[in-house]
Amino acid sequence: MNTALNHTSMKVNPDMPVAVAEGSGDLESPTHEAGEMACSHHEPADESILLEQLDDLLPEYVQKPGGLIPALQVCQSMFGYLPQEALKRISEAFGKSYSEVTGVVSFYSFFSVVPRGKHLIRVCLGTACYVRGGKEVLQALKKDTGIDVGETTEDRLFSLDAGRCFGACGLAPAVLVDENMHKRVNASKTASILENYRTSEGGKSHGDG
Amino acid sequence: MATLTINDILLTAPESSTILEAAARAGVRIPTLCNVEGCDALGACRVCLVEVAGARNLPAACSTPVRDGMVVHTNSPRVRKARKQTLELLLSEHNGDCQTCIRSRDCELRELSAELGVTSVRYQGEKTSARIDLSTPALMRDIGKCIKCRRCVQVCSEIQGVGALHPQSRGFDTVIGPAFMMDLDTVACVQCGQCSAVCPVGAITERDYIEDVWKAIADPERFVVVQTAPAIRAALGEEFGMEPGTLVTGRMCAALRRVGFDRVFDTNFSADLTIMEEGTELLTRLKSALVGGESVALPMFTSCSPGWISFTEYYYPEYLPNLSTCKSPQQMFGALAKTYYAKSVNKKPEEMTVVSIMPCTAKKAESQRPEMNSSGVRDVDYVLTTRELGRMLRQAGIDLPSLEDEGMDSLMGSSTGAADIFANTGGVMVAALRTAYEIVTGRELPGENLRVEPVEGLAGVKEASITITGANEEWSFLEGVTLNVAVAHGLGNARRLMDSIKRGDASYHFVEVMTCPGGCIGGGGQPRYTDDSVRLKRIEAIYREDQGKPLRKSHLNPEVQKIYNDFLGKPLGERSHHLLHTHYAQRDLVKSN
Ligand code: SF4
Ligand code: SF4
Ligand code: SF4
Ligand code: FES
Repeated sequence: MNTALNHTSMKVNPDMPVAVAEGSGDLESPTHEAGEMACSHHEPADESILLEQLDDLLPEYVQKPGGLIPALQVCQSMFGYLPQEALKRISEAFGKSYSEVTGVVSFYSFFSVVPRGKHLIRVCLGTACYVRGGKEVLQALKKDTGIDVGETTEDRLFSLDAGRCFGACGLAPAVLVDENMHKRVNASKTASILENYRTSEGGKSHGDG
Repeated sequence: MATLTINDILLTAPESSTILEAAARAGVRIPTLCNVEGCDALGACRVCLVEVAGARNLPAACSTPVRDGMVVHTNSPRVRKARKQTLELLLSEHNGDCQTCIRSRDCELRELSAELGVTSVRYQGEKTSARIDLSTPALMRDIGKCIKCRRCVQVCSEIQGVGALHPQSRGFDTVIGPAFMMDLDTVACVQCGQCSAVCPVGAITERDYIEDVWKAIADPERFVVVQTAPAIRAALGEEFGMEPGTLVTGRMCAALRRVGFDRVFDTNFSADLTIMEEGTELLTRLKSALVGGESVALPMFTSCSPGWISFTEYYYPEYLPNLSTCKSPQQMFGALAKTYYAKSVNKKPEEMTVVSIMPCTAKKAESQRPEMNSSGVRDVDYVLTTRELGRMLRQAGIDLPSLEDEGMDSLMGSSTGAADIFANTGGVMVAALRTAYEIVTGRELPGENLRVEPVEGLAGVKEASITITGANEEWSFLEGVTLNVAVAHGLGNARRLMDSIKRGDASYHFVEVMTCPGGCIGGGGQPRYTDDSVRLKRIEAIYREDQGKPLRKSHLNPEVQKIYNDFLGKPLGERSHHLLHTHYAQRDLVKSN
């Protein structure tokens, strides 16, 4: 049961992945340049170089009102996750305590502090998806990948997450891989969905919607 | 001014005041669980709900301003029902067990449930699981008891400027605590305990060492001595229902003897000693700067408040050379008790146990710093807060108010009024000036009654300037020099002061910082609940103690004179250097994982 004291001060839906949350008013999407220059989450890159790049980028975000969340997004797109050292630097740059910054990070489920895989699989466990087999789909995906929710495969190809309602209730159960929505998924289909991402770059055409 | 009625009582209140404040003026109590003096109202707990005519919802009194013509009811059936419901929801999640809870005696949640007549909980809530954090020597945290009121968050961020505690995660999973729900020692917490002073429940409390002390007392092999900080005597009475500001120095000594301590000593003794060492250190630094033209670190900062020491080590490491190298009075006492005093009673340091009664949780952490073993063993073994001493006396069936006054034991028990005022903001500064001015000029510190008004009181940052005239020969380089001093209390204020020094907006010779609002009298281990009215009463009591003493300048303390003659030699001498001075080191803001 949620009481009035639970932490609900931020208005955006924290389950929304970055791309969907764009334009929701509270969130700014990261600048394009930053996103492009830092597409390095495929292989574990040399983090010290990335940290230097982060240091160069931060002053611009510090000046913007509400710049913390965009800065965290850029950071995550650079490293593929939010390493402790990067969070320390962000907290120092923004003059906020480390606990305050991690409070923001842990509020939004799209932030990750463990290395993320190349592809993020998110299974909807909202009411509609849940009753129509979302849970079984999640089980199947766990089996296919060999990882649990919140984990990343050893080859850093996949990370697995559960979410609450992607707004596709009519086509439940839904699975989001990166930005691609897979609808009416059932447990027998999951392996073939993943296979496409294993073999092709990005799997852009696989959103079967 | 707005004219309004609260429960049909007609009153006027400033437009800027809240319903809660207006009600207090009308003598109407509205319960609160999240409100903290000096911080923005969060409106998080919803137990302060009131009914306002014309409003559809029940607004929170703590965050709703008064309006002209407002009609407020604080005790309608609707209000009573809503408040009870709020409490029941809190209790349904609360993972507590009052009988065995350290807070049961003064828990606000338990008291409020009784006050509002909550006799059953109709909701089946999912209980937050208990998780005990004992990662620091100072504090115990139990997430299961947290009601997420966020008082600790506000105090730690807004008053102390540290921000160690923040809401993590969200919804039911929200946990109020350090980064990523890790233990407190992973972040830059200074262990001041101000969070534990405002927490309404047993979710953050001082770590309790009472049993260890009982054990030492019961051990016939051990010689157990106790020291009491200056701020205890002006607050301990509150643990026994006495009015804030009641002085219980003599009764406290009697109580400690009944507890079974072999000697009852005074941290005031080592506070006077601190003035001798720190005053000499200041004059030496000034001499190097003004005569030798050497680059010495100025302003010099006081070093008796361990929370402030950690704060500097974490946040202003470039200023570590500015900290006086003097240990705090607690640690000077420990080092001398196990050497100087031990010798006088033919004991070895390892046969002695030193217990401190402190207003402060940071002193627990300080006593555990690895370097605090100049006697060859741990200089201070156990630190109990004022609250723990209250519990200990109750456990022993000692009724403090009914005891007859007794005195401190000799050799480390005498003190001057200058030591008393270490307890409050501005006091260390004034004590140092009383002695330093007299050393330099041979005359008493000017100003009425040996007090320096500009550095007294509860303003966050205070300044004073003193021009030295008639300096004697040895100190002639100070003739005509104006000494600028500053005083800050509460680390948020310290941060403001440090930033202005850093920017070059202000420059001083000597700066006093005390970690807690009001100084030690407002320490994180003092009886709850401490607000400004309580702080002022304790401060007033401390000045009464000071003014009632025949000696009010540290250098006149006969036992201090004796220890220099018999044991230490001179201030900043060889033995002092070894036993009474220390060093500091920069610390990482986040413990690496
Ligand atoms: S925190 Fe208060 S209500 Fe909870 S167990 Fe302790 S005394 Fe009881
Ligand atoms: S002890 Fe002081 S610094 Fe640490 S969390 Fe509590 S208020 Fe903050
Ligand atoms: S720890 Fe105490 S003060 Fe902090 S949010 Fe929980 S109940 Fe409130
Ligand atoms: S005291 Fe008003 S909402 Fe908590």
